Amino acid sequence: MAYSEKVIDHAENPRNVGTLDKEDPNVGTGLVGAPACGDVMRLQIRVSDDGVIEDAKFKTFGCGSAIASSSLATEWLKGKTVAEAEAIKNSAIVEELNLPPVKIHCSVLAEDAIKSAIDDYRKKQEARRIAGSTITTATSATAVPS
Amino acid sequence: MAIQLPIFMDYHSTTPVDPRVLEEMLPYFTTTFGNAASRSHVFGWKAEEAVEHARERVAKLIGAQSEKEIVLTSGATESDNLAIKGVAEFYKEKGNHIVTTVIEHKAILDTCKRLEKEGFTVTYLGVGKDGLVDPDDVKKSITDKTILVSVMLANNEVGTIQPLEAIGKITRERGVLLHTDAVQGIGKTPFDVDKMCVDLASLTAHKMYGPKGVGALYVRRSKPRVRLVAQMDGGGHERGMRSGTLNVPGIVGFGKASEIMRLEGNEEAARLLNLRERLRTKIMASLEEVYVNGSLDHRLPGNLNLSFAFVEGEGLMMAIKDVAVSSGSACTSSSLEPSYVLRAMGLGDELAHSSIRFGLGRFTTEEEVDYVADLMVRKVTRLRELSPLYEMHKEGIDLNSVQWAAH
Repeated sequence: MAYSEKVIDHAENPRNVGTLDKEDPNVGTGLVGAPACGDVMRLQIRVSDDGVIEDAKFKTFGCGSAIASSSLATEWLKGKTVAEAEAIKNSAIVEELNLPPVKIHCSVLAEDAIKSAIDDYRKKQEARRIAGSTITTATSATAVPS
Repeated sequence: MAIQLPIFMDYHSTTPVDPRVLEEMLPYFTTTFGNAASRSHVFGWKAEEAVEHARERVAKLIGAQSEKEIVLTSGATESDNLAIKGVAEFYKEKGNHIVTTVIEHKAILDTCKRLEKEGFTVTYLGVGKDGLVDPDDVKKSITDKTILVSVMLANNEVGTIQPLEAIGKITRERGVLLHTDAVQGIGKTPFDVDKMCVDLASLTAHKMYGPKGVGALYVRRSKPRVRLVAQMDGGGHERGMRSGTLNVPGIVGFGKASEIMRLEGNEEAARLLNLRERLRTKIMASLEEVYVNGSLDHRLPGNLNLSFAFVEGEGLMMAIKDVAVSSGSACTSSSLEPSYVLRAMGLGDELAHSSIRFGLGRFTTEEEVDYVADLMVRKVTRLRELSPLYEMHKEGIDLNSVQWAAH
């Protein structure tokens, strides 16, 4: 199977590889896939107080297309609001990377990873909001865009 | 000397034609082009003579009593089909039970599945962690309905050499025919149809530096005389067992390739074993969590099948794209299932996904081995830095304890 140039580029020079502090309340972590299925993606976002994704990192166990899908996802996430990030569809990844049908699941996994990271971030914010509201109700300005 | 890229390290999939083989083949495309079945003129006689000479060379390589026992085919898939279906059809009054193994090539497994639909019963024997069939299992599986046992000489993925001699003793004693798909092992490990009591053997030229599209089925003619029902109707070539005009240049090449294997196989095997061990020890000395799949003692000299934990096989192959190898990863198959051979050996899916098969052969050099070993170490290290699993492993997390969302 021949890979598209973009897949090769991302796989050989993956963007934003790394780890964010998963204990940070502004960091959302998504871990999707399973080793037995041959791909696992961990995607992390750090969201500023005004709801913009200021950093995104990933690590992926998987084929070149899986690595490329998650690398591309982190590129797209940076600078987006959480709501915009949530709107990223796997079909856009398929199109950008020119993924063949057999590799579409890689893009689905990347979309799942984004959603899962956002979900984690929101849960943390919610927990913080609840914890914060018992102290003072006025500082819950870190409203999560919904 | 500078390394020539790409490097071919996938000699189980196919091999290049040896220049000496090609040289012998060439006249049979142009000047000596006759149909070996033409009995009425010199063109036909010359072609027939060349075919018979090749047949003798093939027979000699496997220790056959007579060249008449060599039925020429288009390759091992056809030979496997002819052997199993041909025997099943001829001996169906005698019994309807066939014994084979779960690690056979698809040409055997799918043929057996078809026969199951036609009313035959097939026992698929498992293998141990070492990738070897236990002859005792063969013994226990034989019933008074068993007509055929089919066990490969050597496995194409993990290179394990099966205990055919022990199996042959059992089948001969029980009066059951023994077939072997010998394509991967021929010339690389001792093989002798008489010594191993093999009654049918599938061979192919392109795995032994001959051309693609030509192979043979060895069919024993005495003690016992094996009978087959032809699976293709036509002009009654090959003693009625396989109709179709003979591929004379291909057969000539097959004969020459067999001759070279017979004369040089031992020496080549020793050289390949050295290279294989060089590759293995270099990689394993520099990387942790690398596992050899299958027995190292009962293994083809040119085969190395390794699992690089925390790194996915196809991703790894892409990272070493100037080196041709193959992987048991699901991503390399359209089925999205990892290698059934590695699974049969009890390997977890995650390690099956992380497996790479290296196949070394006649034209592999020490420089290539060193280059590949070094490349593997660098690329596996890089991909592990990219792997969430490796990070978790380093943090001391037991990956088996994680609740993965299987998809």
